[in-house]
Amino acid sequence: MELLIQIIFVLISTLILGAAVMVVRTRNVIHSALWLIASFFGIGALYLLLEAEFLAIAQVLIYVGAISVLILFAIMLTHNVTSGEGHKFYQRWWLALLVSLMLFAVILVPTLVGQDWTITARPSEESAIAGAVEMGTAFMREYLLPFEIAAVLLLVALTGAIVIAYEERAQRRRILTLAQELALRKQQQQNHAEE
Amino acid sequence: MINAVPLSAVLTIAAALFCIGLFGAMSRRNAVSILMGVELMLNSVNINLVAFWRYLQPDLITGQVFAIFVITVAAAEAAVGLAMVIAIYRSRQTVYIDTVDSMKG
Repeated sequence: MELLIQIIFVLISTLILGAAVMVVRTRNVIHSALWLIASFFGIGALYLLLEAEFLAIAQVLIYVGAISVLILFAIMLTHNVTSGEGHKFYQRWWLALLVSLMLFAVILVPTLVGQDWTITARPSEESAIAGAVEMGTAFMREYLLPFEIAAVLLLVALTGAIVIAYEERAQRRRILTLAQELALRKQQQQNHAEE
Repeated sequence: MINAVPLSAVLTIAAALFCIGLFGAMSRRNAVSILMGVELMLNSVNINLVAFWRYLQPDLITGQVFAIFVITVAAAEAAVGLAMVIAIYRSRQTVYIDTVDSMKG
């Protein structure tokens, strides 16, 4: 059983990291977005392996469903025919590679590996794991204020995104008030009668 | 999962994902690719939160709740960021952020 879990973990990790590497090194932006979806799927599977079912479903719904579609839309809307020319990376991309590798190899891995992570007493295997029911209760009780703030944040972001991406052309399609429309119609009837 | 895989293995995967996302965010010229790198970094943070919850405090819900809030903020950030990319493209016909430098001193 443990060997099976280890094999699944290695497969999922390979999927996540391999897809993430393809995201950052593929030159085609659309291919890179598709690899990003694969990586999100792997992360959802890892949540499932960590027994966070609600979060796994939320990951698939939000990231695989919504955000990746949003990214694909943005790529399609900004896809310039002439953007095939020019470099996809900065001239000094190796500097970014060096910084990332050093962060991983010098700072993160020694910190992670040389640490005893049992800060609290490790709970026994039989103790209850908090699930979706506990999460719903928590959202309605002690996390009610952050929950409402998150709702307001989503509303503000939605409105802001519409305002920022709104087309200028729509200004010409002005919506008339009732009085203006009546006056316009009266004038049209007058013109019609004069003819 | 707790007995089979040590916590440091999961944390190492998350750290590697964070560094890959960092490289993507720093080396790409396309604004959408930069946002993709940022999304990878946010996901690695979520893996960390869930792993700490599962290994250290599985009877409390705090870790998962915090991960849900991170997902919420990431969704808001993606929506606003991509709207800005579209607005920039409409006014300048480019998505390469090093060509958008009119505020450079």
